[in-house]
Amino acid sequence: MAQTVFAPWNDPDEKPLIQFRGVTKRFGDFTAIDNLTQDIYAREFFALLGPSGCGKTTMMRMLAGFERPTEGQILIAGQDMSRVPPNKRAVNMMFQSYALFPHLSVWDNIAFGLKREGRDKDKIAARVEEMLRLTRLSKFAKRKPHQISGGQRQRVALARSLAKAPKLLLLDEPLGALDKKLRQDTQFELMDIQEKTGTTFVIVTHDQEEAMTVASRVAVMDEGQIIQVATPDQIYEAPNSVYVADFIGDVNIITGRAAPQGDKVAIRFAEGQPEIIGTTTKTFEPGQEIHFAIRPEKVAIDTEEPEDTPNKLRGKVLDIAYLGNISTYHVELPTGLIVKAQTANTRRISRRQITWEDTVWISWTDTAGVLLDR
Amino acid sequence: MKRFTWFNATALTLGFAFLYVPMIILIVYSFNSSKLVTVWAGFSTRWYGELLQNEEFLDAAWVTLKVAVMSSTIATVLGTMAALVLVRAGRFAGRTLFSGMIYAPLVMPEVITGLSLLLLFIGIGLERGVLTIVLAHTTFSMCYVSVVVSSRLVTFDRSLEEAALDLGCSPFEAFRLVTLPIIAPAVISGWLLAFTLSLDDLVIASFTTGPSATTLPIKIFSAVRLGVSPEINALSTLMIAVVTVGVIIASLVTKQAAIRQARDERMAERPA
Ligand SMILES: Nc1ncnc2c1ncn2[C@@H]1O[C@H](COP(=O)(O)OP(=O)(O)OP(=O)(O)O)[C@@H](O)[C@H]1O
Ligand SMILES: [Mg+2]
Repeated sequence: MAQTVFAPWNDPDEKPLIQFRGVTKRFGDFTAIDNLTQDIYAREFFALLGPSGCGKTTMMRMLAGFERPTEGQILIAGQDMSRVPPNKRAVNMMFQSYALFPHLSVWDNIAFGLKREGRDKDKIAARVEEMLRLTRLSKFAKRKPHQISGGQRQRVALARSLAKAPKLLLLDEPLGALDKKLRQDTQFELMDIQEKTGTTFVIVTHDQEEAMTVASRVAVMDEGQIIQVATPDQIYEAPNSVYVADFIGDVNIITGRAAPQGDKVAIRFAEGQPEIIGTTTKTFEPGQEIHFAIRPEKVAIDTEEPEDTPNKLRGKVLDIAYLGNISTYHVELPTGLIVKAQTANTRRISRRQITWEDTVWISWTDTAGVLLDR
Repeated sequence: MKRFTWFNATALTLGFAFLYVPMIILIVYSFNSSKLVTVWAGFSTRWYGELLQNEEFLDAAWVTLKVAVMSSTIATVLGTMAALVLVRAGRFAGRTLFSGMIYAPLVMPEVITGLSLLLLFIGIGLERGVLTIVLAHTTFSMCYVSVVVSSRLVTFDRSLEEAALDLGCSPFEAFRLVTLPIIAPAVISGWLLAFTLSLDDLVIASFTTGPSATTLPIKIFSAVRLGVSPEINALSTLMIAVVTVGVIIASLVTKQAAIRQARDERMAERPA
């Protein structure tokens, strides 16, 4: 039996857990969130991605109840939140600044929210121990926040927000200060928690690899607006704009004029260069400005002229970046445009065929790239 | 001191000498057995004994203590509240006026404060006594508390309170469990400041007191005009002792909180 894919956003009967309805947030005359409408569903792992200052934290703070929308409405579980104070929301937030209580030990920081619920002592102690184990902080339980390292503090903040097992968890850059190994472990831990408890996560991250790993959907933001929301693979393979393509991963952008040819589109990007042929479901007017976006790993590089390929260009190797598992070649076209091509280093010792200043051919299929109008 | 240099040592000695030599002389002479203040005639606790027999001084001491405790406590509550409003409320209509009015008594000559309070009490027909002194001391020491507390509050990270709210505290609980413990040292030093200000205030107390209530400074001042007596020295020594003990208790109380915290922390430990 095929496993059903988790995609509540495609199900018209599904009720969203969080609804932003035309939300605008202004600070003075500065607009931090600009008429944002977005649904987030229960059990989602919703990742917010975007440059610094684009409004990610502001969105979180509105969900937690620390900021009120200037315009529009936020609904959680169908209920309008505008009059609900932070302490009456089944939402916990991990602060970007951690906001640990300096006068309390790590243990008491984690127990803080549990004590407010008035649970009995044994239950609280058991829960705190569990959180300490999860975040590998058991050894530091009795220390004060100022006596532990930055990464440990981040884990305390994470443990504190997880402790109450809220319906909705807001994590503002939860793993930024951790080393790669611990970060990956914690990512899987989070996904595990999510699976077990059914908590809905909204997570801010600067690390797109992290967003790709954990998220059910990724939202790419810019200047208070969401530019695209999609599953990680869609956002990578089918970005809706140059901005998104450029923000997520490495990409070559070639800008030219469209020349539709049946179900294909030819792109004229420079005098004396062949047209680039791509496929798309969008319609382009002849002569319209068009951007061709292609990931470096989809660009093949050869010393010989390849045959049977709709797209091939000749250039000179300008630079080679060896990254262990892959190598990236920077190929300069006669027009001065630089195209990056990536190959996997599948053999440990290979006869290096391509080197600096070599004349090479780069090529790709007509479905390898994405055609964008903005 | 981390680094010992002759300059540091000299500066320190001179500074302390300047501060404490007069007091030490006073304390030493309070144990003088002679009735003449300036002639040393051997050690004795005679004047302390006489002081304890002196109903007037004892009454005055009691009044002073009552006034100081009450006024500094009220001033601490009000001053902390004022500081919270000033630091937190952001920009509201009349903010500058409000903060100006809170800080004005700091620079107001005491004579003016005393006189205006006197006129007020007469105007509203309040009988002058302990209550009026308490009110007067509260008004002028409140602004000191508010200055001390608000200077701490401006550096206080608001997101700590938000975190408390987020974890289910009501705004008052957030204040009690997070803000207050963190700013406690400032609040305590505000209280101590108010307490000592009240303890040694002469001018305002003279204006606002009535025949029923005489504070120690008033008593000492009027006694000294008839000549310094060893009894006064003894009394002053006792006042120094009270202040010292007060400071020690205050620091012990904060230490106590630390010990309680340490116990909580031990609870967090579990045999591995
Ligand atoms: N209280 C405030 N008053 C005025 N401007 C604010 C306030 N809070 C945020 N802003 C502005 O709103 C914009 C969005 O801020 P926000 O903190 O949401 O950014 P962010 O996306 O979280 O950035 P980062 O990745 O750096 O954390 C910023 O330009 C910021 O200067
Ligand atoms: Mg932020």
